[in-house]
Amino acid sequence: MNEKKHIIDVEDFCDELNLQRLHCDVSEFTLLDTGINRPGLQFHGYYEYFDEKRIQIVGKVEISYLMSLPADVRAKRIDEFFRCDFPCLIVCWDLSDADLFLEAAVKYNRILLRAKEKTSTFIYHLMDYIDLVTAPSTTMHGVLVEVHGVGVLITGASGIGKSETAIELIQRGSNLIADDMVDIACYHGRTLIGTAPEMLRYYMEVRGIGIIDVSTLYGAKSVKQAVEIDLMIKLENWNDKSPYDRLGLDEETTDILGVQIPLVTVPVSSGRNLAIIIETAAINARMKALGIRSAEIFCDSVTRNNQELYEQAEQKKQKTEQEQITRKEREHEEELADRAETLAQSEEFNDQETEKKQ
Amino acid sequence: MITKEITLNNRSGLHAKPASTFVRAANKFHSEIFISKDSVKANAKSIMGVIILAVQQGDTIVLEAEGDDEQEAIESLTELIDSKFGIEAEA
Repeated sequence: MNEKKHIIDVEDFCDELNLQRLHCDVSEFTLLDTGINRPGLQFHGYYEYFDEKRIQIVGKVEISYLMSLPADVRAKRIDEFFRCDFPCLIVCWDLSDADLFLEAAVKYNRILLRAKEKTSTFIYHLMDYIDLVTAPSTTMHGVLVEVHGVGVLITGASGIGKSETAIELIQRGSNLIADDMVDIACYHGRTLIGTAPEMLRYYMEVRGIGIIDVSTLYGAKSVKQAVEIDLMIKLENWNDKSPYDRLGLDEETTDILGVQIPLVTVPVSSGRNLAIIIETAAINARMKALGIRSAEIFCDSVTRNNQELYEQAEQKKQKTEQEQITRKEREHEEELADRAETLAQSEEFNDQETEKKQ
Repeated sequence: MITKEITLNNRSGLHAKPASTFVRAANKFHSEIFISKDSVKANAKSIMGVIILAVQQGDTIVLEAEGDDEQEAIESLTELIDSKFGIEAEA
């Protein structure tokens, strides 16, 4: 349940959802609870647990139940219900029975609307609409571009070269969504959609040139109205002491409206082509989303290679040791043989000596 | 970080030319400077952001600065606004 107060513009609400106004004399209403309620139980007289701050949806079930009641009871139940301070009541299926509520709606001055769609379809569209208009939003300083299909929010201090980088990206085929101020809304609690404030849309300020209109200078293909933000790139002045990521194994993220967005910090120094770095970061982010992580694959292969080298070295060591042992054994055997020969010779010599003496 | 509330008195508010003077002045400082009106906050160093605030005569804005020269930044910008941007640029 969303506790925040939301103002719903009746005209936009009716246009978007194709609603007919049966009774409504205000231009906007306040929504305190973004949920919906089907008031079947309330028509039966149960009010102990009742979300009266929700939009009330009436379909065939409720109408059928009310029609089954005797006329006086029905009028009493409807009157009782309209005494509650609900934001609005919508009758679906384009039912003419909606007129049942007209008298009470006028009496208590409640908004009564009629939808053409069937109840479940209408509820789906209503929830989608409410989600859009009540999405939490914020404004950030930066440039939003779509690079190879990836929504990239470029941030960084003033004068670091965000707009200049964006122009190069646009020339290389990216789309500009917003320069300088980016309106960001969080839909369904997980999708960040960035747009430009209406007045600034497709305008860009480039130091030295002034304000330019990207859509006329570079054509319709260079701009886009909205994009989902997939990646944030923070440009910062090159600092020799700052330990920049050299591998890309640690994935930094940043929080925007409660959604974690991958963050890449790119150091700026002369001679670095930021547009190309950003394009590479964008494609890399897309690969990561697809499950292909270059840095991890690289590190794994380095580890594997080291392991192989170690094993080879171990084998070689063992082989050398074995050879040494064999050689020693052979030497030992040779020595024994030599000694035996010498002994045999000396014995022969002794024998000869003895023979001579005799 | 320091913040300061100021009311604009020059006739055309912070329209293009005064905005440009203001942004140029803000860019002389190292500090991060923001200007906000109601709930909208813009970077004071960016002309687009300042223009979109559409500050009118009599509007109260909040200046916010953070950095090593924040004090000077706020003082200098306040002076600029109070002096109606040196010249009444709205002729």
